[in-house]
Order: sequence, then C-alpha cells, then structure tokens
Amino acid sequence: MSTGPSLNGGDNRARLIALYGTMCRIRAFEETALAAHKAGEIPGPLHVSIGQEGVAAGVCTNLRRDDRITSNHRGHGHALAKGAGVSGMMEELFGRAGGHCRGKGGSMHIADFSVGMLGANGVVAGGIPIAVGAAQGLKLLGRDSIVACFFGDGAINRGPFLEGLNWAVLYRLPVLFVCEDNGVAAFTATASVTAGPGVVARSEALGVPCLSVDGNDAAAVDEAASRLVAEIRAGAGPRLLHATTYRITGHTSTDPAAWRDPAAVAAAKEAEPIGRLRARLLAEGVPPSFLAGIEGEARAEMSQAREAALSAPWPDPAIAWEDVQDSGAVEAH
Amino acid sequence: MAQVTLVEAARLAALQEMRRDPTVWVLGEDVARGGLFGQYRGFLDEFGESRIVSTPISESMIMGGGLGAALVGTRPIIEMRIFDFVMCAMDELVNQVAKVRYMFGGQAKPAVVVRMPHGIWRNSAAQHSQTLESWFTHIPGVVVAVPATPADTAGLLVSAIRSDDPVLFFDPKNLFPVTGEVPEVIDPIPFGRARHARQGRDLTIVTWSALVPQVEEAGAMLAQRGIEADILDLRTLWPWDEEAVAASLGRTGRLLVAHEAVTVGGFGGEIVARMVERLGPGGMKAVARVGQPRVPVPFAPPLEDALKPDVAKVVAAAEALVRR
Ligand SMILES: Cc1ncc(C[n+]2csc(CCOP(=O)(O)OP(=O)(O)O)c2C)c(N)n1
Ligand SMILES: [Mg+2]
Repeated sequence: MSTGPSLNGGDNRARLIALYGTMCRIRAFEETALAAHKAGEIPGPLHVSIGQEGVAAGVCTNLRRDDRITSNHRGHGHALAKGAGVSGMMEELFGRAGGHCRGKGGSMHIADFSVGMLGANGVVAGGIPIAVGAAQGLKLLGRDSIVACFFGDGAINRGPFLEGLNWAVLYRLPVLFVCEDNGVAAFTATASVTAGPGVVARSEALGVPCLSVDGNDAAAVDEAASRLVAEIRAGAGPRLLHATTYRITGHTSTDPAAWRDPAAVAAAKEAEPIGRLRARLLAEGVPPSFLAGIEGEARAEMSQAREAALSAPWPDPAIAWEDVQDSGAVEAH
Repeated sequence: MAQVTLVEAARLAALQEMRRDPTVWVLGEDVARGGLFGQYRGFLDEFGESRIVSTPISESMIMGGGLGAALVGTRPIIEMRIFDFVMCAMDELVNQVAKVRYMFGGQAKPAVVVRMPHGIWRNSAAQHSQTLESWFTHIPGVVVAVPATPADTAGLLVSAIRSDDPVLFFDPKNLFPVTGEVPEVIDPIPFGRARHARQGRDLTIVTWSALVPQVEEAGAMLAQRGIEADILDLRTLWPWDEEAVAASLGRTGRLLVAHEAVTVGGFGGEIVARMVERLGPGGMKAVARVGQPRVPVPFAPPLEDALKPDVAKVVAAAEALVRR
C-alpha cells in the first residue's frame, strides 16, 4: 500500500485511498494476467474481474485477517483484497512451484489459508455451503470471526443458494453473502434465465436482510458492507449484500463477448469503479500525481510478479503424488 | 467387553470420541432425536444442540457445511441418513471434500467422516437399498470404510473420526441388529487391514460389509461338505489389504469375491485385476464373483430375494470354483 504525502481529510480520506489502492492492485493483477495469458505464459482457463474491483475492495476492507472468505471462479480480486500474497497468486496462475497451491489449483482454485482465503471454486455456488459451514465451525469453536461468501448472479439459480441462506438463518450464523451481480452468467443475460425479481427478493423471503448497492462505487460498497458486517459481528445472523457491477471483459480470457450491445459496453466502461473513485478523490483535492503514483506502483508490483513467475521453477513432477491423502496414498512411479 | 448390537457399537464409538474431543460434532437430519437408527441416542442431552445438529433436508449444505466447518478446525461427522441421499450432495463430496486438500496444495484439512448407511434393507426398494461403494474407491482423496461387525464398526469409526482424511463410512444398515463384543475402551482399527474371518486352503473368499455374515455362514456349510474356505473381510476398500489377499491366494490358488453390490463395475473386478497383475495370467486356478445382477433393487420380497446375493449363492459359487 502506498504511503504518500500526508493528506488532509482525515480517516475517511485515508480509507478511500486505501480502497483506491486495492482496486488498482486488482486491476493491475488482472491486466497483467490477461497479457501473460495471451502471451502463452499462463495455461488453462482464466476469468478476470476487470470492472468489478469495487466489490472485492469495498467488502474486504471490512474484514479482519482472521475472518474467512470463499470465492468463485472469478476470484483473483477477492483473494488480493483479503490479503493473499501476490507472488503466490501469480505463480499459481503460471503453475509454478511457489504458487499458493504448489501449482495444483491454478486460477480457479486459488486459496491462501494463511489470510483466511478458503478457496476460489470451479463450481458455481460451490463456495456457499463451505462458507456457511465455516461460519458454523467458527461459532462452535467460540471464535468471533465472520465469513464473507462471494458469488455471482448466476449462482442464485442453484440449489446451494437456497440451502445456504436458509441454513445460515436457522443457526444465526455470521455470514455476509455477497452477490456480485454483473448481469451475466457466462454468455447469457442472467435476467433472461431468472424468475421473479431476483436475489434480494429471494434473500428477504428467507429472512436474510439485504442491502443493494452500486458495486462500481467502492465507497458505497464499503459503507454498506461496514453496516452489514457490524450487524453480523453483533450476532444478528447472516446478511446479504447485493452489488451491481459490470464484467468489462469476456467470460474467460479468450471470450470476446461480442454478443453484447457495444453501446452498453461503452456506457459501462464509463461507470467503472476505478475511474469513479479517481474522479471523486481528484474533486476532493487529492493531487493527480499521488494517484498516478498508486497506479504506477500497482502496475510495477504486478509486472515484477509476472517476471518472477516466468522465471520461477516448475513444480517437481514428483509432487504430483503428494497432498492426496494420508491413508492409502499412492506411490510415485 | 460388552455384547452390543452393531448400531450400539457405532453409537458408543462416536460417544467416546465426542467425549474425548470437543471439536467433534454431528450434523444431519433428525440426529438430535437420536438419528434414524438410534445411532446418536442420548447425544442431545450430553452434548447439546450445538454439537448434535438436526438439520434441514439440505444435503448440499449438510455435506458442504461439514466441509466448511472442517476447514476452520472442527471434526464433523456428516450423517447422510441413508446412503442413497448422498446423490444430492455429490458436488460437495466429489468436487469439494475429495479435492480441497490436493487442489489447494495441502493447505486444507478436510477431516470429515461421512456416514452413509447403505445396502439392501427390509424391502425398501430401489432408492433406499443401493450398494455403490465401488464408485467412491474411484475418487482420489478419500478413505472408503465398509465394516461388517460391531467391533470393526466401532474401531473403524474411531479411526475415521481421528483421521485427517475424509472418510466415507458405509454403515451396513441391514446388520445394525447383529450383536458382538465391543471393548470398554474402543481402540482405533487401522485402515487397510483385512480381518481373517476363517482359515482354509481350498479357496479364498474376499468379502465386506453386509455380505460378511452370509459368507461366514457359507464357510461353515462348505466345511461340512469338505471344502475349506479362507475368508477375508476387507473392512476398508481404500486402502485395501492387497497383501492379505495375495498371501491367501498364494495358499489356495482360487479366488471368489462376494459383495452385495452389482457385480458389473463392482470393487471385486479391481481385486481380481490386481491379483492377475501380481500373479500373472496363469497365476490362479479359478476366479469367480458373486454380487447382484445389474438390476435395480426391487420391492416385493420374492423379487428382492431373487436378486440378492445370499448364503446359497456363495456356497454354489464356491463349490463350482473348487471343481474347476
Ligand atoms: C455448477 C456449474 N455449472 C456451470 C459452470 C460453468 N460456468 C462457469 S462460470 C459460469 C457463469 C457464472 O455466472 P456468475 O455466477 O454470474 O459469475 P460471473 O462469471 O458472472 O462472475 C458458468 C455457467 C460451472 N462452473 N459450475
Ligand atoms: Mg454474473
């Protein structure tokens, strides 16, 4: 995080700048990863969250290190915002030995348990039961940590969404459900496959209080999340944050998403969260050079991580046999 | 030593472990009322509703929630009520529970026990009687336990609860009323060691779970007819006691695998294949399998009986095998 010239404006200003820094780091990570993928340096599928950084940043700034998160297939931003180490993340994308998962998971399975990041997930809605169960476990152990559970608007049509919310209410569990509503699920507009008014109505019907927020306004996400997190920490049970946002790029790194209305894409780019917060900070008198410094630092951090990952060692093929199970593990041969 | 039923043995094992370790807890439908079979009778009074959690009929949550709770350091016993309902939690079991340790490079410790009372049971028909344990041996990352006696159920359940691996524990529900001795202090039984149920030199019979008592009875009948069977109850299918089977086969040269599951694609096929790999194509004098035909389990008693492997079918297969 940048520690720039001392700025007037107090705590709130510092908080906004921290949000800005987190979003810039996520954006730089995603752009670097996309470029590396195009260059053939990153194998396999890659889902980036360009345009959605406000949600990850705004939510995670309200979490402690001992709080947990679960994420989905588009999870780089969530992990970074929760504090996951960048070199471990980049090396994981590159499939290198120093990746958080020793090169066994890749982009879709990034986890960093040391900061409470319990895993991205390759199965839509797969993280919901895990998050709810983690909250139940923490409660059983008498801990005061909470769990934030990130999922997309596509996940609300899967059964675990219903099961998870119902369950979290029944046992009054400390879970913040975060629906990142970018309006699409892969190549389909979610509204075209979703009955009724959507996630908030479904959530409220189950007794989970919600807040809806413009997910491209990181400060608004932060404010809403901080209210909900305070209620959850006070023992009020689960809450849901519905954050509308936009997936600027395609579903995967190779999807041009050409089916979308170009005018809508252009409009969405205008509303993207980093530009929004930059404009606000500039209007509040933060010097442009200071913000440019944050952006430059983020880009430098990520391109160094890319360089390092590119020259980092591949995993020894022998470790392919490790981490399966204790009893009945098979021998390498 | 106390004489108890198999279901009581399982209850005592879970009770012992929950008294020993406060991070062990149970979740599943109706468990606070003692569970469908009474395997958690009295737990609510002793442990309270935070450690014996009756859940909604939400199998994805039961399985996935148990996993999440394990990832923060508890040791859940996930009760599926009847095996067949695990089909509603297959993503959580196969894609999540079995994968997290590997996928996350060893960071995760999915220390769950998944209890799934399985097998043919009192004319319950096709959706409450399945024996699909072989599916799960095909999934890296899990232990597959298939006990058949009260003592083995208790000892293997203790191991399962203490294990850091996810253990799929197939309670043999048709054998719940069977009685046997269980020690005062239940020691863990290691995974991957067969129980040598009977000594003999004419043929090896490998079996597990619900079919074990019938195979033992068949062994006694065969002895009266002058055929001495060497009977191995595998107790766990992953890991499984390949050495014990190979050693027995070295003495008898004849292999019969008997399981309640459908023969086609059953774990018996894997056992035979491994023995052929070890001993070579000419290494055995005769091989046969006994199991259900590839037909769903029917309801009416005469239909169920027609398909179910039993003592007579095991005896007939063994006699045919020694004549070959
Ligand atoms: C159970 C399941 N079904 C389908 C898929 C394939 N898939 C991956 S991401 C995705 C779209 C998910 O949309 P959403 O949850 O809104 O997340 P977004 O990609 O918009 O961030 C689909 C269909 C999957 N991974 N898991
Ligand atoms: Mg979406």
